[in-house]
Amino acid sequence: MTRTAYGPAIREAFEWLLANRPEVFTIGQGLWSPWYVGNSMTNLDKQFGVERVIDTPVSELATTGAGLGAALCGYRPIVIHPRVDFMLLAVDQIVTQAAKWRSMFGGQVSAPVTVRGIINRGGEQGAQHSQALHSWFAHIPGLRVVMPATARDARDLLIASVLHDDPVLYIDDRWLYEVEEELPPAGPVSLDGQGPVVRREGTDVTLVGCGFAAHQCLQAADALEREGIRAEVIDLRVLNPLDGSAIVRSTAKTGRLLAVDGDWRSCGLASEVIAIAAESRDPSRGALRAARLTHPDAPAPTSKPLEKAFYFGVDDVVRSARALMG
Amino acid sequence: MAVNSTPKLVGTDVLGPLADAAEFHGPIALPADAAPYAGAVETMLTIRRAEERIADGVADGTIRCPCHLAIGQEAAAVGVAMHLRATDRAFGAHRSHAHFLAMGGSLHGLFAEVLGKDTGVSRGMGGSMHLIARERGFFGSVPIVGATIPIAVGAGLAARMDGRGDVAVSFFGDGATEEGGFHESMNLARVLDAPVLFVCENNLFSSHLHIGLRQPTNSVARYAVAHGVPHATVDGNDVVAVAQAVEGAMASMRQGGGPFLLECITYRWRGHVGHREDEDVGVARKADHGRWKGRDPIGRLVAGLKARGLMDDGALARTEAAVALRVQQAWAQAVEDPYPAEGELLARTWTTGGAA
Repeated sequence: MTRTAYGPAIREAFEWLLANRPEVFTIGQGLWSPWYVGNSMTNLDKQFGVERVIDTPVSELATTGAGLGAALCGYRPIVIHPRVDFMLLAVDQIVTQAAKWRSMFGGQVSAPVTVRGIINRGGEQGAQHSQALHSWFAHIPGLRVVMPATARDARDLLIASVLHDDPVLYIDDRWLYEVEEELPPAGPVSLDGQGPVVRREGTDVTLVGCGFAAHQCLQAADALEREGIRAEVIDLRVLNPLDGSAIVRSTAKTGRLLAVDGDWRSCGLASEVIAIAAESRDPSRGALRAARLTHPDAPAPTSKPLEKAFYFGVDDVVRSARALMG
Repeated sequence: MAVNSTPKLVGTDVLGPLADAAEFHGPIALPADAAPYAGAVETMLTIRRAEERIADGVADGTIRCPCHLAIGQEAAAVGVAMHLRATDRAFGAHRSHAHFLAMGGSLHGLFAEVLGKDTGVSRGMGGSMHLIARERGFFGSVPIVGATIPIAVGAGLAARMDGRGDVAVSFFGDGATEEGGFHESMNLARVLDAPVLFVCENNLFSSHLHIGLRQPTNSVARYAVAHGVPHATVDGNDVVAVAQAVEGAMASMRQGGGPFLLECITYRWRGHVGHREDEDVGVARKADHGRWKGRDPIGRLVAGLKARGLMDDGALARTEAAVALRVQQAWAQAVEDPYPAEGELLARTWTTGGAA
């Protein structure tokens, strides 16, 4: 076991994939730069060569399409978008092409391309350097969406995404890059059977989140325990296709649900989580008490006090969970 | 107050005779080794008769899905396909029946697909705009304009990595050159040295709009200059001119050369979508339409072959009859074939775990 942070854990996944799978290559903006993608891909170009670690022109659409094209020809490319915001220039290739090629060609075609979008926000970066938008993408049949909250998942879910035959959108979060964990050596992982997990057991309230929000939920559960509130925490991990069974089981027990999501509220993932719980609620157990904690429905600001109002903290999770107890 | 409802052409003509409907009506000049072009007649006739069969199906309501016909444009598809091999990777667009058939795709598979049948090339999940024949090197067509151009670049990159001299081909129309992705793709292919043959079938119209209303000139080859890509512009209704340009491009592309843009000037006889000739849309189309039929890629090739003594009326009649029979049999079979089962809806969405 080696103590490894989330950012370097992502790099471990690349290293394992490039060393063990000749059909893997990675392509995107900034891959030959020491700073574009944090410490998650440092010197991969020097280790594996610029033919397999390809830095590109500023062409998100063409780069993503090229990843799909290579995937249709036997490769397993990982397309890198240093920010989710930039990735939006390639939405046609992700949503209308990669996600649909299997279905619209009658199930005869696999498109094993992994698109990695990085959430990189805060620090007064403002409206166009802050988006997450995982709910948007999780809406799309045929596109698997994966969002790791721990160092172990950051590494293993990336390996699993690349080894899977469906297109996968893997979204990691720069706010998690320093979070550490003891990791066993890297190896092959299957994405099949991966889904939401209970990170912490509890009986009073269910906290559900993904990515950085799941991390916040765990910290909030610690604080709530000190108040005598036992929170159960579910880390969603795989947003599409979303397996709701952990949510259903947990809320059957707790009767209270706080859906926490580091994105907007309207038509978002938090709403989906509550819908899953509500639809399956056994009326004989009484009403489900549920609430959402999300960003306000406004573009991300730059000004410090507005940014403080925009992003919720662990204390907000604690407060929202406590409110459900009343 | 009266308003001016006639849009003004902004584009200047740089194509000259190539875009002039009155030009190139004579027999096609054949090279010394003309034998392969007798086969090209049969392929082009197959495409035309198949699309006429589809047009009839659209007209009588048997076919419901949108069908974009390439009648009149057969030479570009066939000329390119003459120099491809089954391990190449070609991608098409909304108007790709001809590409699919030129590369050896199944007539019955095409008919069954446009009818939404389980025996279609896309198992009835795609229709006219989603054709595929991977075993023949046709990797897929989709109707989002320009969408397969970057995909072809990735296929070209894969071919380069494979190192076996295969190439990628991207078929698209002049309208696609107005998409940003086209320019990103040309530049990316150049930077990556990806062997991609960009084939623009410039039929002078995108839907209802003439290229002169959309671009400053009527040729798209200037974009190749801008992206440092070698290029050629040919009479797209001359299968020999197309094939020879492709042969020349392939010589370098298969030896590790990068991309090439081939612009084929052509004209579609039917409307943008559906079976009608649709003469009432777009500027200049009505006046040119009849004259463009005089630049028929099939008739001119037949005339060329006859002039060289390589085809006579009897041989042509036999070819026509054979094609008609194959079209009729494939259609009859496709009409009888079953539709996909309802459960396939979810099963075909995911590679694993999708079945309800």
